[in-house]
Amino acid sequence: MIRTLPNSRTYITGFRVFIVLYFVFLFAPLIVTMVLSFNDSMFPALPWKGFTLDWFFGEGPEKIGIFHDQANLRSISTSFKTALAVATLATVVGTLAAFLFEQEDFKFKTLLYFLMIAPLVIPGVILGISLLLFANTVGLFLENSIGWDVKLLSPGFWLVVIGQFSFITTIVTLVVIARLRKFDRTLEEAAYNLGANRFEVIWYITLKYLRPAIVGGFAVAFLMSFENFNTSVFLVGSRATLPINLYLQVRDGSTPVINAISFLLIVTTSTLAVINLYAGKSRAKKQ
Amino acid sequence: MTKRSARKIRWSFFVFFVPVFLWLFLMIVMPQIELLRMSFVGTDFYGESGFTLGHYAAFFTEPIYWLTFVRTAGYALLVTFVVLLIALPVSFFITKVADLKVTGFLMVLILVPFWVSELVRVYGWMILLRESGVLNKLLVALGILKQPVEMLYNDVTMVMGLVYTTMLFMIVPIVSVMESLDDSFIEAAHDLGAKKLTIWRTIIIPYCMPGIMSGSIIVFMLVLGSYLTPNLMGGKNSIWFTEQIYNQMIIYFNWNQGAAFGFLLLLLSSILIWVALKITGQDWRKVIK
Repeated sequence: MIRTLPNSRTYITGFRVFIVLYFVFLFAPLIVTMVLSFNDSMFPALPWKGFTLDWFFGEGPEKIGIFHDQANLRSISTSFKTALAVATLATVVGTLAAFLFEQEDFKFKTLLYFLMIAPLVIPGVILGISLLLFANTVGLFLENSIGWDVKLLSPGFWLVVIGQFSFITTIVTLVVIARLRKFDRTLEEAAYNLGANRFEVIWYITLKYLRPAIVGGFAVAFLMSFENFNTSVFLVGSRATLPINLYLQVRDGSTPVINAISFLLIVTTSTLAVINLYAGKSRAKKQ
Repeated sequence: MTKRSARKIRWSFFVFFVPVFLWLFLMIVMPQIELLRMSFVGTDFYGESGFTLGHYAAFFTEPIYWLTFVRTAGYALLVTFVVLLIALPVSFFITKVADLKVTGFLMVLILVPFWVSELVRVYGWMILLRESGVLNKLLVALGILKQPVEMLYNDVTMVMGLVYTTMLFMIVPIVSVMESLDDSFIEAAHDLGAKKLTIWRTIIIPYCMPGIMSGSIIVFMLVLGSYLTPNLMGGKNSIWFTEQIYNQMIIYFNWNQGAAFGFLLLLLSSILIWVALKITGQDWRKVIK
């Protein structure tokens, strides 16, 4: 039944076959997508017509590779800027929130904690439409009462940032809280005794200790923002982010240039994920 | 501590509190209240806006709306159940059966695909399964199929796609609980002659219940709120409830109707989670950890 008990051969073999099938199921779509980005064909499908790098470097006119595809490059750069802004803001506020919930005591703390968790269980679509409605109402109110036309509140770059920030900050908060819980607070007391004030203690002691969690939280926030579709789709203006741009191309059919983009995304994110996991593990071993 | 340092600590409290409060109040609480308010606002024949229950009435009187709603909830439950059925043996293999040397590696293998965007993963399935897709070409070449079949755009494929995209969120919480399950419980039961099924039913599943519940809730919520997978893999007449919301908001530009649908979805998900927690007797405080 388990590794410490004697097991029949059929049980172990059967279980192994099941796991192998599971991994085939897990990786088949990714591998097929990646392989077909090198197919010398106008469609992302078999038959195999030979190896080509045109879907990466092709300059047209027939095959335009990703590095010469202006529309897709623009959406990648938009997504990159969005993710950078979201990850930075979410990391700062998420870290503050972790300190608030772990090191402070105040009335209604449980209620506020519950609110902080809430974005995890609110569907992304609802976060998107509710922010759109609220921003619209506030924008109309400001324009009618004081005549301000606040660009921030109409669909566009910053509204997407706000929408993604609203739930990604929760993730960062939970990541930082998990590490802050293991922090030995006698280190802080020692620093106080040596004459440090609250901010010196946080800056020199606590934040140094939290750095791996903060870096990890930033990476997770960046990836989540880069890939978000459900919330962003209601908040975008004229500059579409990559997932929205890709969605339109996938739905309406396109050349294997999408496979090339997918290839780059899969390779980059898996490399980051593996680095993140192993960095986490080697840290865990040290302690 | 002296009075002076006590005052300083209050000051630091506000540095933490104000940004967090602004985030939660302005970006979570107020928008939800606005969503509720907008769902009751209607414009009458003369263009005057006022209170109305019409958007909710439309939901209950138009079968297309509430049928979509029921269908979505039903499929979300089905997907959660299927995910659980696959996640339990996979987690068990990783934590209890596999060689200790490979468990870390297997866990990394399981995690990595889920970092890749949902869109890319769905696209991969589309390339595999469509009529001109890779699987069809293979099956025809092998002589198993006489001619290609359209495997995309039906409910079975859609359920499979949803299982695929949400799998990880069940495996991670279950693995973390199962790791702490003491092997000696299972060994003792085995020595006393318990069958595998009995061990699962009386030891493993009850022990893993907190992990199962939090995994189920996350998977259920993700499926309920998903848009890409049902939209790209489901059939033309199998609309998801989020697609109804999207249509109202973006295509018909009927924000009030969209708000009513959004609020109903929020209500449905909260009620179902509450019921699930009550039935299994779990404390939400434990589950959200």
